[in-house]
Amino acid sequence: MAEIAGSGLAEAGSVAVAGRHGVWRDGWIASLAWLAAAAITIGLPDVIPWGSRDLFGGLLLSGAALLALLTAATWRRGGPGERLRHAGPWFIALGVWLALWELSTAKLGWLPKPFFSPPQGLLHVYVTDWQRLGICVLYTLRLWSIGFAAGVAVGFVIGVGLGWSKRFAYWGMPILKLIGPVPASAWIPCTFFFFPTTFHASLFLVALASGIPVIILTAAGVEQVSRAFYDVARTLGATERFLVLKVAIPAALPNVFVGLFMGLYASFAVLVVAEMLGAKYGLGWYLQFQTAYSAYVNVYAALIIMALLCAGLVKLLFLVRDHVLDWQKGII
Amino acid sequence: MALPLAAAPTRAMALDFSDVSLSFALKDRLLPVLDGIDLSIAPGSFVALLGPSGCGKSTLLRLAAGLERPTRGEVLEDGQPIQGPDPRRILVFQDPTLFPWRSVWKNVAFGLEARGLLPAEKGRVDAALALVQLGGFADAHPHQLSGGMAQRVALARALVNDPELLLLDEPFGRLDSLTRLTMQTELLALWRKVGFTALMVTHDVEEALLLADRVIVLSDRPARIEAEVAVDKRHPRRRDDPELIAQRRFILEKLGFGAEV
Repeated sequence: MAEIAGSGLAEAGSVAVAGRHGVWRDGWIASLAWLAAAAITIGLPDVIPWGSRDLFGGLLLSGAALLALLTAATWRRGGPGERLRHAGPWFIALGVWLALWELSTAKLGWLPKPFFSPPQGLLHVYVTDWQRLGICVLYTLRLWSIGFAAGVAVGFVIGVGLGWSKRFAYWGMPILKLIGPVPASAWIPCTFFFFPTTFHASLFLVALASGIPVIILTAAGVEQVSRAFYDVARTLGATERFLVLKVAIPAALPNVFVGLFMGLYASFAVLVVAEMLGAKYGLGWYLQFQTAYSAYVNVYAALIIMALLCAGLVKLLFLVRDHVLDWQKGII
Repeated sequence: MALPLAAAPTRAMALDFSDVSLSFALKDRLLPVLDGIDLSIAPGSFVALLGPSGCGKSTLLRLAAGLERPTRGEVLEDGQPIQGPDPRRILVFQDPTLFPWRSVWKNVAFGLEARGLLPAEKGRVDAALALVQLGGFADAHPHQLSGGMAQRVALARALVNDPELLLLDEPFGRLDSLTRLTMQTELLALWRKVGFTALMVTHDVEEALLLADRVIVLSDRPARIEAEVAVDKRHPRRRDDPELIAQRRFILEKLGFGAEV
């Protein structure tokens, strides 16, 4: 991840050198592209009404104006900052993409109608159904955060135990090796009669999905800690408890974070499936519910929210990792 | 000069190996490593162990550190059998083995923290870092240090505990030759200033003769004591001192390199 960001910065740097005259050419082009998209949206008639057309057109116009303003404002200062310049091609691509999307759906009707929606259709869903979507997001976040936190906490403790204690590993490892590879969603039929409510069943599934990779990676991490660290620590007077807390666990943390990322992705998968099975609210439920009504516009709208939500959580975990493992900075 | 680390001057430890043998259990047989080692080390002395690679020198240090138990015989600290690791006897490895997730300061503080002494004695950490001339690197992380600096941090991490016995397992083996010369001088100065007993394993005959009061030559595995050389030259010693050169020749002969040198 860091490498990708690094190469991106390097490219942006070369762009900055090329455009030394200070005109943000990409900014003008992007502004024009957004203006074109706005003109198409407002100027051409829709094949059928989708709602929120003028609002969307207005947003595109505002975008075009904002881009033009940014370009003009940065002109004097010898061009825009590194980040803006780096994002330039994306602004252009977005404008072109929105214009083409608008043409192929609302204006020319090339793409089959109930399955594809123009951008204003999505916007219309957010405008009209935001309350229900908001509640679904909150339900999903509640299920995810409780399930993930519980799974990670229990998984971490079990993982440390398996990695540290020979006796615990003797009994625990065979069970883990048997249960670990089973996809969490395979437990769905049983969980729904093991647990009193579907919410509890869903919690268990999310916790299980996120916990298993954390167990495996934590145990491996603790086990792989160099004996030399323990020797040093013991000659310095460390007790068993101190060895676990101050040597084994910090040494295993890079591994634990790999487990956390794997658990995070696994938890998303199970989260949506669990919500599709008899939940009352939640993004998974929303997808299921709207598909049943052939409301594909709503499905897309929910998918976009889900993408932002999951990407946001991944980003959050990266931030936590970079903070906790900042001692790794500069290690090759 | 007043000791910078502890209120009371360091006590040095007497260390005795009494007919010590040790074998490691391999899959199908026993591997004898040490064979009847008898060695008495007086408090405050500096003893160097020389011997062929893999002869069991490091095992002797691990026994003294309490990380291994002898198969036969006894290892005694001030006359009492050694039961296990204790911060009065600290081992410094060839590899500095600093905890990479801890800053230099926290590495040095490890022993005090493990024993719950840190809140009251933070000043000792700073003093130990100053002693190895790394006061300015307290917040650095181990991977930012050069090999010599890392080994100095490892020394500070040991010395902060006021060890009565410092066990050194080829502490400068991985350093370039110039850094090694500096570190030898520094170790000698620390030993004379602080006053601990030092037992050092080395491959370097010259290093042994420059630093130690006594040089013990071990045989190939299973290690027995092959010869002992007393060095009663005052410090600082010169590498080209004719007596030391003669002793060097004698030791190399004992190690089986007589003709070539």
